[in-house]
Amino acid sequence: MNLYTYASPANFYRLAGKLIPWFAWGAGILTVWGLYISFFMAPTDFQQGEAYRIIFIHVPAAWMSMFIYMVMAFWGAIGLAFNTRLSFMMARALAPTGAMFTFVALWTGALWGKPMWGAWWVWDARLTSELILLFLYIGIIALWAAIDDIRRGDRAGSLLTLIGAINVPIIYFSVKWWNTLHQGSTINLMKAPSMAKIMLLGMLVLAIAAWFYTIAVALVRVRRVILERERQTEWVKAILEKEN
Amino acid sequence: MEWASWSDFWNMGGYGLYIWGSYGVTVAGVLIEVILLKRASAETRRSLKRMQQWEEQ
Repeated sequence: MNLYTYASPANFYRLAGKLIPWFAWGAGILTVWGLYISFFMAPTDFQQGEAYRIIFIHVPAAWMSMFIYMVMAFWGAIGLAFNTRLSFMMARALAPTGAMFTFVALWTGALWGKPMWGAWWVWDARLTSELILLFLYIGIIALWAAIDDIRRGDRAGSLLTLIGAINVPIIYFSVKWWNTLHQGSTINLMKAPSMAKIMLLGMLVLAIAAWFYTIAVALVRVRRVILERERQTEWVKAILEKEN
Repeated sequence: MEWASWSDFWNMGGYGLYIWGSYGVTVAGVLIEVILLKRASAETRRSLKRMQQWEEQ
């Protein structure tokens, strides 16, 4: 057995089945811990009062919206380059969760913007590029749904994902490149974070929880895609019979 | 801890609507995704089993 063993859908199906409960429980426990920090340990912000507590979901959701897109683009590129079936299935399994987190990032941003800026929405670079990301997710999902031929659909959707990937660095650097109403990044790899340690901890714990959640739901979804696509094989028939 | 009482907690220093509107929609988003996914997975298994039984006959 080696690493390539799991490139086979049959083996990956079993592996995913074993991993799902761990990630699901991990996500649950981390969420409870993260929310406890966010509401009962983190102090009131001296500038924004309690309104800043939206940061604990806004920032992890915004991170996930970009990370998931990049992971999708990665799997799409691998699939296009090596024609590996499982890569395309992974890309498809991630898209709905990415769209969900993008929506949450926009929604929580609007509810934070209203009390802080006095506006639910402004057409500045950060907000607009994040909205484009939501449209990209929806467009890719719709494209996949519209093409019945699985191989063609996989390729078309992944190509669109790769072209749209140019938007992710634009979102990330938008607060630097343009004068935006949106504040700059609180966390930067190059310098010390500009927020209290306990606030940072709450945000990071919820970000890891979001990762665990994403992995768990993506694995459930990829298992479903595998079953559908491999339905003619003996191993899928054996699995379905066992469940009867 | 910043809260003297539960009503203090729900009020969130006057920002309750914005905070709970954010957390509520996030929870709803996650729940909707999980429920839809569970339903779709069950439906896939059901239809595959039906097809399988049909082929066997």
